[in-house]
Amino acid sequence: MSAITREDVAHLARLARIAMTDDELDALAAQLDVILGAVARVQEVAAADIPPTSHSLDLANVFRPDEPVPSLGAALAVAAAPAAEHDRFRVPRILDEEA
Amino acid sequence: MNPLLAATATELAAKIAAREVSAVEVAQAHLDRIAEVDEKVHAFLHVDTDGALAQARRVDDGEISGPLAGVPLALKDVIVTKGVPTTAGSRILQGWVPPYDATIVERMRAAGIVVLGKTNMDEFAMGSSTEHSAFGPSRNPWDLTRTPGGSGGGSSAAVASYQAPIGIGTDTGGSIRQPAAVTGTVGAKPTYGGVSRYGLIAFSSSLDQAGPCARTVLDAALLHEVIGGHDPRDSTSIAAAVPPVVAAARQADVSGMRIGVVTQFKGDGYQPGVLARFDESVAILEKLGATVEEVSCPHFDYALPAYYLIAPSEASSNLARYDAMRYGLRVGDDGVASAEEVMAATRDAGFGAEVKRRIILGTYALSAGYYDAYYGQAQKVRTLISRDFASAFERVDVLVSPTTPTTAFTLGERVDDPMAMYLADLCTIPSNLYGGPALSLPCGLSDDGLPVGLQVMAPVQADERMYRVAAAVEAALGSDKLLEKAPPL
Repeated sequence: MSAITREDVAHLARLARIAMTDDELDALAAQLDVILGAVARVQEVAAADIPPTSHSLDLANVFRPDEPVPSLGAALAVAAAPAAEHDRFRVPRILDEEA
Repeated sequence: MNPLLAATATELAAKIAAREVSAVEVAQAHLDRIAEVDEKVHAFLHVDTDGALAQARRVDDGEISGPLAGVPLALKDVIVTKGVPTTAGSRILQGWVPPYDATIVERMRAAGIVVLGKTNMDEFAMGSSTEHSAFGPSRNPWDLTRTPGGSGGGSSAAVASYQAPIGIGTDTGGSIRQPAAVTGTVGAKPTYGGVSRYGLIAFSSSLDQAGPCARTVLDAALLHEVIGGHDPRDSTSIAAAVPPVVAAARQADVSGMRIGVVTQFKGDGYQPGVLARFDESVAILEKLGATVEEVSCPHFDYALPAYYLIAPSEASSNLARYDAMRYGLRVGDDGVASAEEVMAATRDAGFGAEVKRRIILGTYALSAGYYDAYYGQAQKVRTLISRDFASAFERVDVLVSPTTPTTAFTLGERVDDPMAMYLADLCTIPSNLYGGPALSLPCGLSDDGLPVGLQVMAPVQADERMYRVAAAVEAALGSDKLLEKAPPL
């Protein structure tokens, strides 16, 4: 298996929205190589005809009674926000200046 | 030491109910113990003195009664508590005060349990030593240079050092059982779905399960019954009664039971003292009237690699919620940076190395082109592991193994070697992948003088079997007295 490069890790970090430093990327590339080498052992198991298990409980369409209950409320919902204004979450700009 | 500290939860509840001692006195004795020793152990991240004493007064006023009313408890900081800070061991949640209670917190309050505070853990429950806590490691009361295990090392260390008679942990790959094993305490992971996950901060949702920590098997069973049972707020909660775990712990009789020793979990890599205590425990089970046979579970050899694909994959998705927008840490919001830049800067500053490692690993395993070879294949191995359990339980009632390959390791020894750290969960992971219950209880000391854990694994929804076996071993070995051999703090 090809080694994980620092560029690979940088791409994954972008996907995961983590602004890693160059040092972090280098360290992680080396560690991921070792970890992936170890976990790739699952590929030794002959399992072509085996169905996957995503969950140990075989449940589907679980509902609870549709009874109205009081909600959290805006004031409490934003109480722990890093920034709030008029009972709303205040966030940094989400569009480019030019957009 | 104040005798109230050495008492079991069962004894304390009886004394409180009989008005021999007040719940406030019991709570205060434990708060004093925390003040006295926790500087050394660092089991707690937050002590809720006012909340604990207020709840104790409610018990003393006769507002609440029950088998654990007035008993103090150490709560892992991954369980949300209304009005009480909850961090999951992460800087990204430092200072967060949840607006709601987890279901198990509501149930414990209603049962009169006195939550003393929130205990230390590896960040988002990812680790086996508490060294990945953003707030520094906890220490093993048996030897302060060693880890109390993880991720729930704080709760187990608190229970082992008499700061609380019982605690709550959560177990995704062994985070209740491995700390119990290395601190000489009892820890049980219920059947997946047996205890509500509502208000349990998610790491790997198909594996996470909360459960009891205690110094005796009966105390663990009593707490299991309080927190267990169906919860409509958790769609993966089992709609059935809690298995009769307290009755089983009191029964403590294994005559006629069939015990399977897992072939895969012994031999190379296991400390000789761990294997010796394990073999003695198996011999005791035979002496008590159980039949013992060896059972091979060939796919257990692949449980660790499958787990380290499945859990990080789920984590990479679950932890996407820490986006710096609605709660928790926000860094780099200078009025110029975009939301995406703030998000990425916050996640870099707020997550520790292990959490980042697992998010990146999970992101990789779920990527197009790698999905089938990694995550998809791990899910198939998960099926095969469940089939191993199913065939084993056609022959035997429970499976047993050492809980961990070694006793407590030294702080710093594995923190820079992720694969060495992951090996601590070798024997505990299969039950999480299968969804069945498993329990660890102390079964003596290894050659290094440190506690060894015996793991008992049972079929899905047959939690009572593991309590029955554990209580019998505990009575025969006197392992509820093992902590008396720990050096004083």
